[in-house]
Amino acid sequence: MSLAVKAVGIRKSFGHHEVLKNLDLEVAYGEVLCILGPSGSGKSTFLRCINHLETPNGGYVWVDGAIMGYALHRGALQELPVKRLRAQQSQLGMVFQHFNLFAHLTVLGNVIEGPMVVRGLRRAEAEARAMDLLEQVGMAAKASSYPSQLSGGQKQRVAIARALAMEPRVMLFDEPTSALDPELVGEVLEVMRNLARGGTTMIVVTHEIGFAREVADRVVVMIDGEIRETGAPEQVLSNPGDPRVRTFLSRVLA
Amino acid sequence: MTRSTSNATSTLSLTDLPGPDVPVRRLCHPWRWISGGAVILLLAVIGRAFAVGQIQWPVVGEFLTAGVIITGFGWTLLISACALALGVILGFAFGIMRLSENPILRFAAWLYVWIFRGTPVLLQLLIWFNIALVFPRLYIPGLVDERMVDVVTPFVAAVLGLGVNEGSYLTEVVRGGISSVDRGQKEAAHTLGMTPGQTMRRIMLPQTLRLILPVLGNSAIGMLKFSSLAATIAMGEMLNAAQRIYFINGAVIELLFVCAAWYLAGTTVLSIGQYYLERHFGRDAAVAADRSWFKGRARRAAAVREA
Repeated sequence: MSLAVKAVGIRKSFGHHEVLKNLDLEVAYGEVLCILGPSGSGKSTFLRCINHLETPNGGYVWVDGAIMGYALHRGALQELPVKRLRAQQSQLGMVFQHFNLFAHLTVLGNVIEGPMVVRGLRRAEAEARAMDLLEQVGMAAKASSYPSQLSGGQKQRVAIARALAMEPRVMLFDEPTSALDPELVGEVLEVMRNLARGGTTMIVVTHEIGFAREVADRVVVMIDGEIRETGAPEQVLSNPGDPRVRTFLSRVLA
Repeated sequence: MTRSTSNATSTLSLTDLPGPDVPVRRLCHPWRWISGGAVILLLAVIGRAFAVGQIQWPVVGEFLTAGVIITGFGWTLLISACALALGVILGFAFGIMRLSENPILRFAAWLYVWIFRGTPVLLQLLIWFNIALVFPRLYIPGLVDERMVDVVTPFVAAVLGLGVNEGSYLTEVVRGGISSVDRGQKEAAHTLGMTPGQTMRRIMLPQTLRLILPVLGNSAIGMLKFSSLAATIAMGEMLNAAQRIYFINGAVIELLFVCAAWYLAGTTVLSIGQYYLERHFGRDAAVAADRSWFKGRARRAAAVREA
């Protein structure tokens, strides 16, 4: 398997608070990686560093043959112009905890916005592809609704379609079900399960241990800005070596 | 529930309860009737005072449609429209600069607001009108070379004075509007690969516009009235025209009333326009208000499908 993402020595501080302490991570194409950990362990920040929504204070992220936000030039990292960084970011699809659908656009408008504005697709073509994606997430019937008319689960499924519309190399999910009513979690996980089955490379920050156990190829547990445990889900979830990981898992599995 | 009320109702035993069709008598509100009556009385007194006062109503009627007044009102509308357009353009330009990452752009926008919001608009009008005293010639190499008095006519001075002043207020309005659009909208646009310019134009500004539309409506109404200040710089708008007439015929109050009627007519039309604009642009907000109805239907439909 060839590598899709390689994070090298990622450090991030907010003021004096060190959120990420020298993190390394590799994700291969076709792999589904779940990042677990208690609140405040830095897992969302790590995900946001991977696609440069947060700029790391140290280290770098390599995605599919290029370093995010930089060009390697005479042994140093030269910061890229915003436009080129955005082009790199569009290779990583992001799904947010709070959906962040564009409130002034319809469901269809949300999905065609990226392809039309960033990739210069024609409206008809963008719409045809968007309808396919909406079909895939079961939201085609709501194409002309506005986000405010949708339930949380429906919004998140549209958000997934919007991210997929850019045909990203890797999909990033930042606690995609944490803001949902319990009865709506299932429909979103179902869409993600289908994506995983289809071979999409995914990095998922989640609290859904069951989903991680069932879908993930590999699980990473972060505590206090460090990766404390990594491996196959059954191994990490059933028999963790690290005592703090054991404490965390016993609390969430209880 | 307090003890005293439960005591008061506790004397009603179950056997004494009335049937379901028992009539309901509403509270009567005597103070509503009294205050309403007082206001009607007051209006009647004021109305009578004006009716018997020293006002020649026929003169008001006569000048209401006089050519000079109508032309003046036309100028009033033109000044207001141009000044508002200038104000909106400046407001958006400086409002966006105010949020720039470039500290110099930020400072320039701050300076603009500080100066033009910090001085009276009447004073600014007088300065624009007299700008030729400072810069006798307007000279831009290869473009313009003219005497300033020929360039800055009363009309231009009025539009510049009112528009630049309005722009300083709208700068703050636009800045506030952009900042209040949810941060996640910007992040979502960035992850799709949209550049800062695309994000601003396609994602932030449309949502800002909807947020600040009520304020823009207020600005339009305010501008229509502030344009009367241009009367002081010899601009022949409506108030100035009225003044020139009453200097001759002495019907001061009559002509001022004529102006009041036209201003009221103008602001009324603008208020109605504002209502429809807000209704149009607030369409997804309006749908959100209907949501309980919508959700109820959606749930019922879903239930039918499951069954």
